Amino acid sequence: MSECIPSGPIVLEVKKLCKNFGGRVTGEGIEGGLWAVRDFDITVREGELAGLIGPNGAGKTTAFNMISALISVTSGEIIFNGKNLVGMPPHAITQLGIGRTFQNIRIFPRLTVLDNVCIALHPHAGYGLGSAIWQGADFEAKESTLIETAQELLSIFKLEDKQDEIASNLPYGEQRRVEMARALAARPKLLLLDEPAAGMNPAEVRTLMESIHFVRDRFKLSILLIEHQMRVVMGICEQITVMDFGQVIARGNADRVSNDPRVIEAYLGKQGGKPGRRE
Amino acid sequence: MQKPRFRILGQSWRFWAMVLLVFLVAQWIVMPRMSDFRKTAWIMFPCIMAILCLGLNLIFGFNGQFSLGQWGFYAIGAYASAIITYRFGARVSLPVEGITLQLPDLIQKIIPVAEMELFHFDAGKAGLLLLATLAGGLLAALISAGFGYVVLLRLGSDYFGIATLGFTIIVQNLLNNSDKVIPETKGARGMIGIPPLTSFFWVFIFLILAIVVLRNLLHSSTGRAIVSVREDEVAAQAMGIDVLKYKVLSFVLGSFFAGIAGALYAHLYAFLSPQYFGSEKSFDPLIIIVLGGLGNMSGTVIATFVWAITLEGMRIWLPMGFEAYRFVIYPIALVLLMLFRPQGIMGRVELGFLRATKWPRRAGTAVPAAPDVGTETAA
Repeated sequence: MSECIPSGPIVLEVKKLCKNFGGRVTGEGIEGGLWAVRDFDITVREGELAGLIGPNGAGKTTAFNMISALISVTSGEIIFNGKNLVGMPPHAITQLGIGRTFQNIRIFPRLTVLDNVCIALHPHAGYGLGSAIWQGADFEAKESTLIETAQELLSIFKLEDKQDEIASNLPYGEQRRVEMARALAARPKLLLLDEPAAGMNPAEVRTLMESIHFVRDRFKLSILLIEHQMRVVMGICEQITVMDFGQVIARGNADRVSNDPRVIEAYLGKQGGKPGRRE
Repeated sequence: MQKPRFRILGQSWRFWAMVLLVFLVAQWIVMPRMSDFRKTAWIMFPCIMAILCLGLNLIFGFNGQFSLGQWGFYAIGAYASAIITYRFGARVSLPVEGITLQLPDLIQKIIPVAEMELFHFDAGKAGLLLLATLAGGLLAALISAGFGYVVLLRLGSDYFGIATLGFTIIVQNLLNNSDKVIPETKGARGMIGIPPLTSFFWVFIFLILAIVVLRNLLHSSTGRAIVSVREDEVAAQAMGIDVLKYKVLSFVLGSFFAGIAGALYAHLYAFLSPQYFGSEKSFDPLIIIVLGGLGNMSGTVIATFVWAITLEGMRIWLPMGFEAYRFVIYPIALVLLMLFRPQGIMGRVELGFLRATKWPRRAGTAVPAAPDVGTETAA
């Protein structure tokens, strides 16, 4: 992929994000504990496909969880379209336009595939409790629009034949697609994908990457993607940020990152050091 | 194609005609053949219990919040409405003279009464009962909103169960000592002199309304949001569902049902005792919804009738002197059921109009599909 620096307006700007687990709060700051993420910065521009990589335990998912507010932020700022997200509840962040998927699939297991997608459409349903209980003509029109939207999303992911199946009965790859369709149903402007390629073989990864590109263009999204296998993101991400031990160690395009000595060290260990430091 | 259709609460005229038919059959053909005890214990009381259990099923079965507080809200609804009718019951009266029909012999074989009284009721008393029932429900909902908001904000499901058990115990103790504040309740001695206004008509109407309202709620976007909280709270939040809002909403609605059920109960036996509202009985609704299947509306209604009819029926069926053995047979039956059918009587199967809507699949895709995502299935 050629050098192309995206220049659209900034969608997400994370500044000096920190997460400490188990530390004591003292007058000067936080003492002890584990710094899962320390001074993490990232900028995602409109229409960009950014990658966040790093070895296992580097703090990538923790950073993601802070952005989507599933865990609290120790310090730092997360600015999305000019709004600081720190302190907002997770559902409000999703409604502002940040959708996400999970590393270990988290679909609603006992519900049908269609219901899974419809749930993410709930904030856009357009009717309240009263008309839901009365079920008049207004309700019927809005409900069938909602179902149609959900079915359209399912057909994009070639799941239209599976709509009435219980989600947990689907094979793994289809569950991943349900999760992706569901994340898109929440109408995000920024999509966070947490290891979408986990458990896939190289051929599957290639088609996955194609569909990620397709989704970005079709829905005009910015995408931030976590991966711990380096070669997966190398091909597709315009901007790659590398984390290790909770800190950003390198940033830039694929070539620059893959030749960075600190990145090589993080993945392969020090030259002359003990091999297999991590994995 | 879009003709103006007759619809009340989303149900067609066929549905309401069916409801009317069931009511008439029960009222004129089944009930006159039963003794007063069976009428109350086998039909009217289970109807009330079903309303209570549907409310609990919304909280525990559909929303996933383990609650033992349903019994406390039942007590609140019962006492609140009883105090209203106790104070105003003697003063409000507006009799409506209906028609009395002399039934010919032939019809008396089907409807075993000589004279059929139609539209013969006291409009004042009926209005008072309706008002008191709604007041009981609203008071229970109001208290549950306050309690739920404070407790649900902090406690997860199991701890929430303990907190709500505490709530039921508090309510019982308050009722035991309530005569210091409200003399009519007579505290631990039990409240007497409540006008017995609950009739089959009222319990039936309220049960049907409870079922239809719950069904409509759950077959809507709001209902899907409620169920998503049970399935995976974290994923629900990440999909933009305000988890706390829907927990409080289902808790308040469930408690509203409990308050209504309590009000109907108070005017059924015309006697209320704080002993009945003790915490050990608070497990009854829980047993019933597990028996019928968690998150299953038809199961709850069927299980309530099975539970009430067998438990009360054993009083009659067991040999003289062995009536107390029903509390040996009943737990054994429960253990066996949980061993052989842990998903409850109905499991996931809903009956009739309670079934989930089947949406037709889209014919032909107008949207381009993602490239080759179909081959992405994990090997």
